[in-house]
Amino acid sequence: MSEIIKVGMADLKTCVSPDGITTLGLGSCVGIAVRDTVNKIGGLAHIMLPDSKAIRNGQQNIAKFADTGIEELVRQMEKLGAKRSRMVAKIAGGATMFVFQGNGTNLGQVGDRNVEAVKSKLKELKIPILAEDTGENYGRTVIFYPESGDFHIRAVGKNETII
Amino acid sequence: MADMSLEQVTENYYDVLKELGNIGAGNAMTALSQMLQCKVDMKVPQVRLLEFRDVGEIMGGEEQIMVGVFLGVEGDITGSMMFMVEEESARHLIQKITMGMLPGGSEFEEMGLSAMKEVGNIITGAYLNSLSTLTNMKIYPTPPSVTVDMAGAILSVPASIFGIFGDKLLMIQSQFYDEVELDGYFILIPDLESYAKILTSLGLPMV
Repeated sequence: MSEIIKVGMADLKTCVSPDGITTLGLGSCVGIAVRDTVNKIGGLAHIMLPDSKAIRNGQQNIAKFADTGIEELVRQMEKLGAKRSRMVAKIAGGATMFVFQGNGTNLGQVGDRNVEAVKSKLKELKIPILAEDTGENYGRTVIFYPESGDFHIRAVGKNETII
Repeated sequence: MADMSLEQVTENYYDVLKELGNIGAGNAMTALSQMLQCKVDMKVPQVRLLEFRDVGEIMGGEEQIMVGVFLGVEGDITGSMMFMVEEESARHLIQKITMGMLPGGSEFEEMGLSAMKEVGNIITGAYLNSLSTLTNMKIYPTPPSVTVDMAGAILSVPASIFGIFGDKLLMIQSQFYDEVELDGYFILIPDLESYAKILTSLGLPMV
């Protein structure tokens, strides 16, 4: 029996086909689905902030950031037997949930910055991005199946799409 | 103080924050009651400090559709504030405010959202006013922004702001009733420096 593993906010998990992996209600956060195309080992990270280095206090939750979160996801997948050279990624999320009329705060732009940080980290690790559904102004629920690489995306009032 | 985390602040001053939440929510309900021209009762608000991965659960799941009103806070303290209410409750509020002109069952059209923005404005304004009075500080809200979406997606915004300081989110849950039970959630997000200012102004300097 296959099951669907759930990943929370600022969290990451791995799974092996035929299991799937999901995260609910991505807003400005970004969901990064990675799979090894040969042995179908997969993983999903739900990152919330772009950069761990911009943070002042000592932080324990590395899954929260694009840079450390993706590194940890890849490390855990490698531990299960996945090979970096065979990994591919799909990403979703990074929405701008609220629009502000120029009051100078950077509250709104975290989604865009998250997407940028995710792309640059994946590039650094030489993991190609096969597809993405990012930006806009709505939340997304995603389900990833490492068997096929299908990345299902649901949003309120919209049809489910597969990328 | 500089290296004090949000967790420590909250643990040390839980009762104070709870009381602030209580008074703020009380004022917000009074404002709501005046706007709706009916009696609105409320339960004692619950103050919760939640792990990010658990926040969705509180509101009936990450995919629960909610209306979120989000605004910035400026003046002597800086930060932002969110008011969230469940879809059904929002429809009920919209129907009451528009005196039935917008049927409760319809989609959230521009009028409905605009009405919700106004509700959010009044509720958060009353909340911040009471905070301002208590602390004797100038606190101004910026114009609000409103959205209808999954709870998790809406919460990602305050969570990413709290995320800069720690791994938890401080939330005040207040249940209120008129004819029906409504669940509303306040999330006040002062910058860490502003916490110090709030506590100091109440005669509780952070050490």
